[in-house]
Amino acid sequence: MWDYTEKVKDHFLNPRNVGEIENPDGAGEVGSLACGDALRLTFKLDEKKRIKDVKFKTFGCASAIASSSALTEIIKGKTLDEAAKITNQDIANYLGGLPEEKMHCSVMGREALDAAIANYRGQKVTKEDFEVICNCFGVTDREIIKAVRENDLKTVEQVTYYTKAGGGCGQCHPKIEAIIEKVRKEMEKEAPPPKPEKKKLTNIQRIKLIEETLGREIIPALKADGGDLDLVDIEGNKVLVALRGKCSFCPSSEFTLKQYVESKLREFVSDDIEVEEVRP
Amino acid sequence: MKTVYVDNNATTKVAPEVFEVMLPYFSEYYGNPSSMHFFGGQVQKKVDEARARVADFLGAEPSEIVFTSCGTESDNAAILGTLDSYPEKRHLISTRVEHPAVGNVSTYLGRKGYRITELSVDREGRLDLDELRESFTEETALVTIMYANNETGVIFPIEEIGEIVKARGTSFHTDAVQAAGKIPLNMKKSKLDMLSISGHKLHAPKGIGVLYIRKGTKFSPFLIGGHQEKGRRGGTENVPYIIGLGKACELAKKYLDEENTRVKALRDYLEAKLLEKIPNTLINGERVHRLPNTVSLSFEYVEGESILLLLSDLGICASSGSACTSGSLEPSHVLRAMGVPFTAAHGSIRFSLSIYNTKEEMDYIIEHLPPIIQRLRDISPFWKDYLKAQGRV
Repeated sequence: MWDYTEKVKDHFLNPRNVGEIENPDGAGEVGSLACGDALRLTFKLDEKKRIKDVKFKTFGCASAIASSSALTEIIKGKTLDEAAKITNQDIANYLGGLPEEKMHCSVMGREALDAAIANYRGQKVTKEDFEVICNCFGVTDREIIKAVRENDLKTVEQVTYYTKAGGGCGQCHPKIEAIIEKVRKEMEKEAPPPKPEKKKLTNIQRIKLIEETLGREIIPALKADGGDLDLVDIEGNKVLVALRGKCSFCPSSEFTLKQYVESKLREFVSDDIEVEEVRP
Repeated sequence: MKTVYVDNNATTKVAPEVFEVMLPYFSEYYGNPSSMHFFGGQVQKKVDEARARVADFLGAEPSEIVFTSCGTESDNAAILGTLDSYPEKRHLISTRVEHPAVGNVSTYLGRKGYRITELSVDREGRLDLDELRESFTEETALVTIMYANNETGVIFPIEEIGEIVKARGTSFHTDAVQAAGKIPLNMKKSKLDMLSISGHKLHAPKGIGVLYIRKGTKFSPFLIGGHQEKGRRGGTENVPYIIGLGKACELAKKYLDEENTRVKALRDYLEAKLLEKIPNTLINGERVHRLPNTVSLSFEYVEGESILLLLSDLGICASSGSACTSGSLEPSHVLRAMGVPFTAAHGSIRFSLSIYNTKEEMDYIIEHLPPIIQRLRDISPFWKDYLKAQGRV
């Protein structure tokens, strides 16, 4: 049995916005009976060009119905530009997550939305513009590239979970693998270069850097909340501090120390730093 | 919430009588049947009795019964154990609708360089025996064909097939996991060389199976180990489960008539009422040569997993051949081999009954399933399209 979240179950058992809008401003349909799921999305805009009403009809499993229902709830009240930014991950997150094998249901939601927006804008997106990679499920390179990018996919199996591509005869697996490799190379180039390795510091440099970091990154933020902090001592990797002002009696001071002060010092100075509080 | 369990081709309830006879072998009688002392010897005696009961149920000799861990092991042992005995023969004949315990072994052997012939079925799930006749070669080591299909319940003419196979002098195995307990089996009158059964499909627990091996059949052990099961399957006997299976076989023999009268009548009632109440419903597989407890229905334009979860919400446990339930993306290989159209294949539901089901339970399903199908059709974009095409809206 699938491990569906309560939210998926709720949207499956009580789907929102079921139906079809007569004379819609935009309509999109993806999937087919043969593929095992399909979604028809229709929407109408208000005078401010926001989505006033949206309805869906879906043929498919519980997570397909729940994803469609979630999609309609997410985009209601949004402008088309805002709606166009919705990713399949947003739909899955709205539902508290989907089993990975079912992620294609969220992708189907996003694709139907893309199709409906394109329909409104008078753009024609046809499969002929792209190369069909998976013949069993009619999945194009464009869909695979998008899924790999948006979901940081690494394997053919994952691509199948997200797009269905490769889930039939399996002949397209080498092509999918090539796409993954190409897209991931592009993604690496685009990603910001990793931070330079932290240099090994002398004791003096280390103390100076701790002081600087406290002064620049930490104390101003504490002061903004009416607190303050004094550096008492440094013993190896241990940084002893005293909390002042509001911080000294704040019930979440332990949290502040570990989650904020310590993590900042680890980020800027050294990964092994431990912060301890000295009580007056 | 009450539970209406109609998924007995997946697994069955352990009969209370079976459970009871097993208990002492978890506590008091823990001896090893192979031991020389009285403490093991008394257990050996009980294992022999259980073996005799299983043999009686199958119309076999006790020496022809090999206990295994499950139906899958029995199937694997039969196929691989036979091929191992005929190393010069590199061809296997099977069907496109086998359970994965056979089907995936064929796929594996195909990768290892064996030639595999998988016989096709027609729209009703039936074999073409001429295709079988034409498939034999000098190299054919084994024919393995299931007795009855787990998804549709369609029964293959195993004895007619046996005549053909034996005329060619080839070994013949059947996976009878679904057939056992539902149709009479008598190895004394059969052409079969090997037959697999599984305990948990006939009210014994999971974790016990049987491979029947006719005396004189060439066979090499699949599990290599000690001298147990006359050297045909190594490993210390799973005593409590063997005792349980013995009892389950005794009960299965006793209830065989009831399966074919009362249980069959319940199935027929359920099927007739659902066909009457739900439009665009098809039966998958032929109706005549079919297990008395099984019906596979397809509800057009809706998807099986959704149906199952809505049924499950009401306590009704069934199963589906739809893609989404299996984790695969394509509907069941059985329905595809039969050429069931996609409009129907994704919306298939299997009900499989047992002697523990009642008419009240059937009425509960008959009351609740039609609104579920209607509700999903109302959500489905294709239902309205279909009605429009029919000129009905």
